Amino acid sequence: MFSKEIHLERSSPSRGASPSRSARSDKNVSHGELEALGRARLFISRNLGGYLFLLPALFIFALFVWYPLVLGFILSFQSVDMINPAVWVGWTNYEKVFSDPLFGVAWHNTLTFTGYALLFGYVVPLVLALLINEMRHGKALFRLAFYLPVMLPPIVTAFLWLWLYNADFGLINALLQALHLPGGLWLENQNTALPALVVVATWGAAGSTMLIYLAALQGVPASLYEAAELDGSNLWQRIWHITLPTIRPIMLLMLVLQIIATMQVFTEPFTITGGGPNNATLTVLILIYRYTFQDAEFGEASALGVILFLVLAVFAVIYMRMTSRLMEAD
Amino acid sequence: MFTLRRPRRRAEESFERTLVSPLALRNPSARAIYWSVFALVLLSTLITFGPLYWMFSSALKSSIEIFQSPPTIWPLHPAWSNYSNAWSVLQYPLYFGNTLILAAGAVILQLLVSATAAFSLSKLRPAGKGIIQFVFFATLMVPPVVYLIPQFVNISNLPLIHVSLINNWAGVWLPEAASALNILILKSFFDTIPTELTDAARLDGASPWQLFYRIILPLSRPALAVITIFTVVASWKDFLWPLLVLFNPEVQPLSVAIYHEAGINSNFPLPFTYLMAGLVLASIPPILLFLLFQRQIIRGINLTGLRG
Repeated sequence: MFSKEIHLERSSPSRGASPSRSARSDKNVSHGELEALGRARLFISRNLGGYLFLLPALFIFALFVWYPLVLGFILSFQSVDMINPAVWVGWTNYEKVFSDPLFGVAWHNTLTFTGYALLFGYVVPLVLALLINEMRHGKALFRLAFYLPVMLPPIVTAFLWLWLYNADFGLINALLQALHLPGGLWLENQNTALPALVVVATWGAAGSTMLIYLAALQGVPASLYEAAELDGSNLWQRIWHITLPTIRPIMLLMLVLQIIATMQVFTEPFTITGGGPNNATLTVLILIYRYTFQDAEFGEASALGVILFLVLAVFAVIYMRMTSRLMEAD
Repeated sequence: MFTLRRPRRRAEESFERTLVSPLALRNPSARAIYWSVFALVLLSTLITFGPLYWMFSSALKSSIEIFQSPPTIWPLHPAWSNYSNAWSVLQYPLYFGNTLILAAGAVILQLLVSATAAFSLSKLRPAGKGIIQFVFFATLMVPPVVYLIPQFVNISNLPLIHVSLINNWAGVWLPEAASALNILILKSFFDTIPTELTDAARLDGASPWQLFYRIILPLSRPALAVITIFTVVASWKDFLWPLLVLFNPEVQPLSVAIYHEAGINSNFPLPFTYLMAGLVLASIPPILLFLLFQRQIIRGINLTGLRG
């Protein structure tokens, strides 16, 4: 990339312009301060408007993104309860967090949730998009059907599924009973509670991923399919050798984005199971919430936030590398 | 995905050549396969429509019928009064109003902050633009939850002025306004507006503000519409942050109010039929929004690929 740019610059005819540029700068020196003042005025008139328009965003970003980010690192080394003045405590918060038995539980649950979410949530939208893209009828209806849950407020989705999962009167057990299958205590059982929540989260989010894939599939050039068909390739070969490779960058991006998103899971376990039964659905974010609002340990909560930040940063860097093309586009 | 250009019109056309060629579908056996796959997809829409229907019909049942086993598919005596009861018991006028105010404020502030910044980065290009751009776009990879608690501390005691925004709508609006994604989307859109146009206006003596207000904004209506819709939806779906900041019921949005009023884990939960009716009422506005602005929403997803 870089070598290419250098190469371009070398081969460009602008080389001859450099002597005249240096001659002009010599002239500037002779004119002295007046010239410098003029240049400053020019700089201001050229840039003032630009900076004024950036002011609101710079102000908001400084105060509500960069400051709290830095504050998080500071708080994680302090004892803060919002009543007494903050005291520096060194690594104590981190030691407390690491020695908390719930730390391991929360990370185990969060990573398990992410794993299940990829298992359910990664393939389903892709398959749906592939199928719907082939439909000659009712495309709009299908799009609507699978996107609708995305529009619902998460609290609605959560309480709706709480009702569906109800062991005695819920729809799921009623359907299983009708099929003469045993029902389950989905949310009360330690082994099924977490997967049950993954189903809820997937139900609520798969539609948006599906629409992204549908958009990507429309970018697959028809000529490639036609050429492959002439070569006698069958449907699976076309999917494997044309469709999937073409949308691969988006599939990778979705993978990273889904990992980042599911590691922040909060609403479903918080509202449906409250982290239970027996902490089986306690996630990292719920632990942060508990440190803050049950124990008033802002320092420990911030320390756990910093740890979460570092873990997510790994995936964020991968994500940034993938989207760097988008940034460089400028 | 990577192209943030205006979507090509072709993408919205009814049908293009896909995996299966139209020719292959003339074959009777291929058509049989097509229709069975169609039936399968149609059947799988029950996965989303089913629970939604169940929410709607449960809300119409009496408090006895709702706890009946096996359940009735359609209530014997639809109790439409559940809806009006939920409306008043859950104080919906208040919470609907709060949700609308939160959404409106979010839209105004986000558009103001993102559009001005994007305009400056795209068209005015002041010195140091690269660094400033980095300051914004680096935050794309930092999800707000990692600074959830420091943000809460920040909001409850703002630096220098020592003002608390707890129980204040501004405490929700201001942090939301820092959206790097919005700046990125708008900047990419502004970049597609030809420079000749803005240069010509500048030669005619237009100030940056006139350039922004008279030329860029009117030409960017589609992008602004997309951002508006997504901001409204995001605001309507927001839960965790309003839950932390707004604990006075008078200022809470619907989703937080439903969570508290439901009292799932308390000794006095809300009657279940009312809760169901309340959920339906809370779902109607976003569903209507989707039906009305389907095209913009789908285009927005194509434009950004990241929202949802």
